[in-house]
Amino acid sequence: MAGAFSPNPIADVQQLLSYHFMLNALRAGTIVAVLAGVIGYFMVLRRQSFAGHSLAVVGFPGAAGATLLGVSPVLGYFGFCAAGALLIAALPGGGRAIGNRGEESAVIGTLQAFALACGFLFVSLYQGFLTSLNDLLFGTITGVSDEQVLVLLLAGLACLAVLLVIGRPLLFASVDPAVARGRGVPVRLLSAAFLLLLGLAVAGTSQITGSLLVFALLVAPAATAARLTARPGLGIVLSVVIAVAVSWLGEAIAFYSPYPIGFWVTSLAFAGYLLATGYRLARDRAGDRA
Amino acid sequence: MNQAASHDPISGLVRMLGQPFVQHALLAGTAIALAAGLVGYFLVLRGQVFAGDALSHVAYAGALAALAAGVDLRFGLFAATVAVGLGLGLLGGRASADDVVIGTTFAWVLGLGVFFLAYYTRHSSGGNGTASVTVLFGSIFGISGSAALVAVLVAVGVIVALAAIGRPLLFASVDPAVAVARGVPVRLLGALFLGLAGVSAAEASQAIGALLLFGLLAAPPAAALRLTGRPWRALALSGLLAVLAVWIGLAVSYAAPKLPPSFTIMTVATLEYGLAMLAGRLPSRRPAAR
Repeated sequence: MAGAFSPNPIADVQQLLSYHFMLNALRAGTIVAVLAGVIGYFMVLRRQSFAGHSLAVVGFPGAAGATLLGVSPVLGYFGFCAAGALLIAALPGGGRAIGNRGEESAVIGTLQAFALACGFLFVSLYQGFLTSLNDLLFGTITGVSDEQVLVLLLAGLACLAVLLVIGRPLLFASVDPAVARGRGVPVRLLSAAFLLLLGLAVAGTSQITGSLLVFALLVAPAATAARLTARPGLGIVLSVVIAVAVSWLGEAIAFYSPYPIGFWVTSLAFAGYLLATGYRLARDRAGDRA
Repeated sequence: MNQAASHDPISGLVRMLGQPFVQHALLAGTAIALAAGLVGYFLVLRGQVFAGDALSHVAYAGALAALAAGVDLRFGLFAATVAVGLGLGLLGGRASADDVVIGTTFAWVLGLGVFFLAYYTRHSSGGNGTASVTVLFGSIFGISGSAALVAVLVAVGVIVALAAIGRPLLFASVDPAVAVARGVPVRLLGALFLGLAGVSAAEASQAIGALLLFGLLAAPPAAALRLTGRPWRALALSGLLAVLAVWIGLAVSYAAPKLPPSFTIMTVATLEYGLAMLAGRLPSRRPAAR
């Protein structure tokens, strides 16, 4: 969008890094991608992507409301996503994927649509809303402030530190909750703690990809990694690597192209997932033949 | 500017109904809501609410693709939703694919919509940035007389078609196995029905937007199911509640122009469910807690 693309990759990267906003976008994108890669892996393992989606939708009115009140949208994202996570944790189902049971999914869908409607109200009450609405929903690479990077860094480090402590029992509780409970692992507490972490990760991711496209960094890299390996440790590393690659590439391409980051990150993430799925199918077929 | 309603409600109402844009909105809104409420009832009954989610994503991408291609927005809207509706129906409709697959694919579809939006804003002479907002959140007060007429005709078509297949569809929804044994073409009915759902989703997104069409499609039937257990009565109630949500929403938005109509309609629909939950019969079968 700003610079001209040249055949010399080194010059291109130098040009990219010469813009302060781009530097901030890459910093924020890296922090968020690492966080989303790790948390997303657990989310996919625990089949809670539905909760992730709900939390992302809840973040939108938070950010829009904060903008309306003249506060930083960062506060709105984190506040609403964390509150939403605690709310889901307090519900009986605890944010498990609820199948297609008619009324229950109708209610959750209604509440999500209502949250989006509230966000739309706040944005339209706030004047000059056109670009800010699209940015909130579909992400932007401009406008990441130094302060925002700092907040993201602190939140990201805090999340990873907590995860470092609870990671092992959480993995156990995610893979086999019944046995874990039998062994005295506090499954319910872990699940609540994880939802809170998920809320923070969603809030961070929304600031890069927008509220509607968080899955590009939160689900797709983890799902891709899960296609490639069954080992949790390797899976988490792969998930982070893919998320960081998607985030960097998406931001760089968005910088040089007229099309927004939302399109690039989702396309890259989806392409990665399709490739991994194809690879897995081919490998399984080869395995069958052998 | 529209404080007419504040002093004398009757003359305020008369003045409101005298405005052409209100007449168009009411005309289109009533027909759209009735179709959505009726179709939505079967959607909830058949446990296919997830289809509503799919339709809302492709509605956005389809409408913006049409704009980018330089044709009427509604063309892309209807083409996308009907194609996806029929496709889901032919795939079996009930098949609940992995939520990771769904989430990743939908995020990409929305990303495509963002791409078309950017393409459209770059290449259209006006640089019309409102298009995205209109598609996402609707603009029922902006609907023209001819567009309202088309919306009414389409809605009437949906209702007539639904009336034609209503009885066997209800049979097939409540007890598919017996229906198959009795020679009811369950599969064909399912595909036809999701095609109709696609049409209503496209209609609903003209009224309250692609992101919020859930408000008309899922909230009224969920409320109706709380109030009565009898199928035909619930069906009628669902249509009625949807129409009521649009009427009240439009009136409130007219009286308080700062509140966008999509927000007020969505709010009324959510409130309807909330009230129905409080007033209605206690759920006979509670979802298994924990």
